[in-house]
Amino acid sequence: MTAALTWAGIASIVLTATAGDVLQSRAMKEIGDLGAMRREKGLLQVVRRVVSSSRFMLGLLFMALAFFSLLITLSWDDVSVIGPASASLTFIANAFAARIFLKERVDHRRWLAALFVAGGVVMLAR
Amino acid sequence: MTVRKYLILLAVTVFGASGDVCLARGMRDFGAVSSSNWRQLLTAFLNPWVIVGICLLILFFCSYLTALSWADLTYVLPATAVSYVLMALLAKIFLHENVTLEHWLGVGLITIGVGFVATGPSLTVPARHPRQESESAATRVVSQKSTRSEV
Repeated sequence: MTAALTWAGIASIVLTATAGDVLQSRAMKEIGDLGAMRREKGLLQVVRRVVSSSRFMLGLLFMALAFFSLLITLSWDDVSVIGPASASLTFIANAFAARIFLKERVDHRRWLAALFVAGGVVMLAR
Repeated sequence: MTVRKYLILLAVTVFGASGDVCLARGMRDFGAVSSSNWRQLLTAFLNPWVIVGICLLILFFCSYLTALSWADLTYVLPATAVSYVLMALLAKIFLHENVTLEHWLGVGLITIGVGFVATGPSLTVPARHPRQESESAATRVVSQKSTRSEV
């Protein structure tokens, strides 16, 4: 397989994983503190509230797509390339997406955290 | 941030790392999976290590969702990246994998990255749920104080 196809696969993993994380983060903020809800209404009610959220289910679908994208891309190239590249780029993409779609205040500390963790993941996964 | 919330972040880290290590240990019993023997994957679900790994990853997902219900995504992801460090340690101890100098450098980078977010506020967006209003207001005050002290 060509390098271009491998990078298209990595881009697909990063985009779907980021979409999944952002959708789930948004869904959880809408539902509220799960710990407090469990103490007040019980675990069953928490599970019912979470699985009835369409945003959560869409996030889950994107996470499944990210997993299958990873499996398919792994059949095209080495795990030593795909693993670190997709994990570290997902950290950076999440910082951008959280700023744009979740309106999180991503200050210099959080950018540095994302960059250091992404760099660390690359070195650990080699 | 309360002690309970730090415990949830710890749970995300521990369950995530131990779940992955258990899955890796279980999959060692099967060898490499290819398109010709993919059906063998189904029998993996009967392996005790794989079963424990899946249970731990379900607990990881529950604690991850709980953390996302009161903290920013850009806080939870780096703060729980310690799981990569824990995974390297568990892999060395239980799976006898070779952890090189490069790996330890990676561990150092992740630890520094976690240190950057650990000193900041966990929530920077306005609460969408009434229950979070009081905490969000408190977070904004803490955030303003820290910004002032930086100036």
